[in-house]
Parts: sequence; structure tokens; C-alpha cells
Amino acid sequence: MNFIKKSPWILHYDGSSCNGCDIEVLACLTPLYDVERFGVINTGNPKHADILLITGSVNEQNIPVVKQLYEQMAEPRVVVAVGICAATGGIFSECYNVVGGADKVLPVDVYVPGCAARPEAVIDGVMRALAILEEKQKTARCKKGTQEGAGV
Amino acid sequence: MIALEILAIIILTPLVGGLLTGADRVISARMQGRKGPPVLQPFYDVFKLFQKESIEVNTMHRFYVYISIIFVIFTVIIVLLGGDVLLAVFALTLGSIFFVLGGYASNSPYSLIGSERELLQMMSYEPMLLLASLGLYYVNNSFYIKDIISGDTPAILFLPGIFAGFVFILTFKLRKSPVDLSMSHHGHQEIVKGITTEYSGKDLAIIEITHWYETVLVLAFVYIFFAVKDPVSHVWAVLACVVVYFLEILVDNGSARVKWQLALKSSWIVTGIVGAVNLVVISLFR
Ligand code: SF4
Repeated sequence: MNFIKKSPWILHYDGSSCNGCDIEVLACLTPLYDVERFGVINTGNPKHADILLITGSVNEQNIPVVKQLYEQMAEPRVVVAVGICAATGGIFSECYNVVGGADKVLPVDVYVPGCAARPEAVIDGVMRALAILEEKQKTARCKKGTQEGAGV
Repeated sequence: MIALEILAIIILTPLVGGLLTGADRVISARMQGRKGPPVLQPFYDVFKLFQKESIEVNTMHRFYVYISIIFVIFTVIIVLLGGDVLLAVFALTLGSIFFVLGGYASNSPYSLIGSERELLQMMSYEPMLLLASLGLYYVNNSFYIKDIISGDTPAILFLPGIFAGFVFILTFKLRKSPVDLSMSHHGHQEIVKGITTEYSGKDLAIIEITHWYETVLVLAFVYIFFAVKDPVSHVWAVLACVVVYFLEILVDNGSARVKWQLALKSSWIVTGIVGAVNLVVISLFR
């Protein structure tokens, strides 16, 4: 059985967002939406997280930070880009320091549209990410199985 | 026979502990006006962690967690088989010490702070644990739990002060707010995740299971205060465990984390006053 779908732990990183999306992400934790129903926990620690939730665009300053956060996460892991900023740079894309969406540095799995993305959309995005997470875990296991079978 | 009992303890204790933790999460959520996760959520979390990659900081770092759980299991076996209270307290301390060493081994600043805070927490609850064992000895003239729970009068009648002090330090051992300094179950941010910061995958799962064993263990201590020869008293003892656990959840949700100075001071004051006075009084009347 696959338990990763039942207990997704999320790491939230604010790139250069206007804080609009961050507030919507946090709203998901409030009694009205209560994502803990699905076992979601908002962790502050990349080593415990399964899902990296990025709001806001990537800029010259935070490229190494974003990369490091992603590298510290344990496999399997997925990246969810929340809001238009995280997808393309959005309203800030013309700024001198903005590089673009999160996919400029990380393999983004799910894009959640909206400016700001609504909590319902964020939850939906996370749920879609879970399906991808499960898929990743399966392929990782298959790989491991064949490696062991071949005696590597 | 005894091997079977030990096996049953090793398997059933984490099941009970996990269910208690799950109930805790649901009740906490309801207290906050949320629906909360399913009762089995702690099991889902742990099984997921077993399926994830374990990032190795260094070999010793992981080793300590496994040593720690072995000592905690050893303590649980002693207590549930009716063994020596004093031995149980010492073995439990050893388990906690190895956990702290695991935090130091990782060399991460967050883990170091967690380890130091864990040591402070141990300094806060250890004196009361020892006083409680002494008190139980005074009442029954035996350190053996088997003898204590087959007496005529429940220990709580002689040791109300020590019991109150014990419930106070339970908050440390169950890692509940306001004294969840070293490793909190709320607000999973780095500094309050303390020692666990550098653990992931299987190792983190083992830490969680250790905590389940400890939860059952401390509630077993509560049980000892109430149980006597009379079988009905065992029902009361279970009820007392439930009430104490609920109270801990209530305090957990109703209070903010305190600074370590206050945590240490308050626990020593409580130990010094209710624990020591209770001990002096029963030694006078014997
Ligand atoms: S998408 Fe809109 S609300 Fe979200 S960070 Fe960008 S500008 Fe702010």
C-alpha cells in the first residue's frame, strides 16, 4: 500500500511573492479549509517534506536557496508552483532582478493558476501533486527492484 | 510464556501509543474548531516515512536513534511485566540520553539547540521521577510494580502530592505545550523540531515510534498510582489514565510555549514543594 498519498508534508517557500499567495496558502490551514483532514502538515524542514510549495517568482538572489531546499528533500518529492508569479514571473516578470517562474531552476510538477491562487485551487494542486508523487514512488521502487535483481 | 508476553508488549504497545496519538490529534483539531485528520493518521505518517529515502548525515547519527528505542522498549517491558520502578527510571533516562547524543552527532545548529533543550527538559523531570519511585517504595516497601499494584490501598491515597507533581512533569515527557521546548508536535518549524531536524525517512519514523512507547509508558506510571488487588480499581486506573491524557491535551492547546528558565524553575519548585513535602509527611506517619 502507498501511504505517501495519505500523509503529504509540505514545505512552503516564498520566492519573491507579493505575499498574496502566501496568505492563501496559510488560509488552507485554517478551520475553514483545514488541510490536516488529508494529513497535510506544514513543515519548516526540507528533510521532512514531500512537497515543495513555491509562491512568487525566482530572482537572482534566491536561486541557490531554492535549489538547496529542493536538494535537501528526501525522495520522492514534487514541486508545486502556486500563483502566476511562480509559473511565469507574472506581474513582476519585467523586473530587473526577476528570472522567471520556478521552472527556471526546478522541475515543477504542478502549476496552480491565479493571482492570488484561491485556497481551493491550492488544495486541488496539492492533491494533483499527490498523484504524481505516488507515480514517482512507484517508478523509484521499480528501478530499485531491477537494480537488486541485476545484483547492482 | 514470558517470551510471548514480551513479544506481545513489543507489538501492542506502539499500536496503543499510535492510536492515543491519533486521538490526540483529532481532539486537538476539534478544540481548535477543525475537523482534524483520521485517527489512524500517525500510522500513515510512520508508514510513509518508512517508504521514503533516509538521508544519512553520518553513521553515528542514525545509530543513536536505534539504541534509544531499544532502551525505551526495555523500559516498557520492565514496567508492563511488573518489574523494578527504579530500574525502569534509569533505563528510560539512558534512552533519552542516547536520543540527545543523536542530536549532538548531527552537528546542525538546530539539532544542537534541540539537544540542549532536551537536556534541560530531562533536568526538569528526572528529580520528580525519582521522588515518585521513592514514594511508591515508602508506601509498599517494595520497588517492584507487581507488589505495588497488589497492595490493599492505592498509592494515590498516600501520595496525592507526588501524583500531582508527576502529572506536572508528564507534560515534559509527552512533549506537550507549554514545555515542548526540544521537539514539539505543533508548528513544525526548525527550531521547535529540535533534535529531529536532521532526521528523515526511517530514522524519523523510529523516533515517532519511540514516542509512542514513551506515551504508553508514562500512562502506565499513572496506572500504578491507582491499581490495587481489587479488580475494580483497575477500571479506575484506566479511567485515571484517560483523564490525565485528556488534561494534557487541554493544557497543550490552551497554553503558549514558555522559556526554558520558567520550565526548569517551575518543575523544580513543584517537585520541591509537593513532592518533597508529601515524602516527608508519609515518612512521619509511618
Ligand atoms: S500571483 Fe499574484 S498574489 Fe500571488 S504572489 Fe504573484 S502577484 Fe502576488
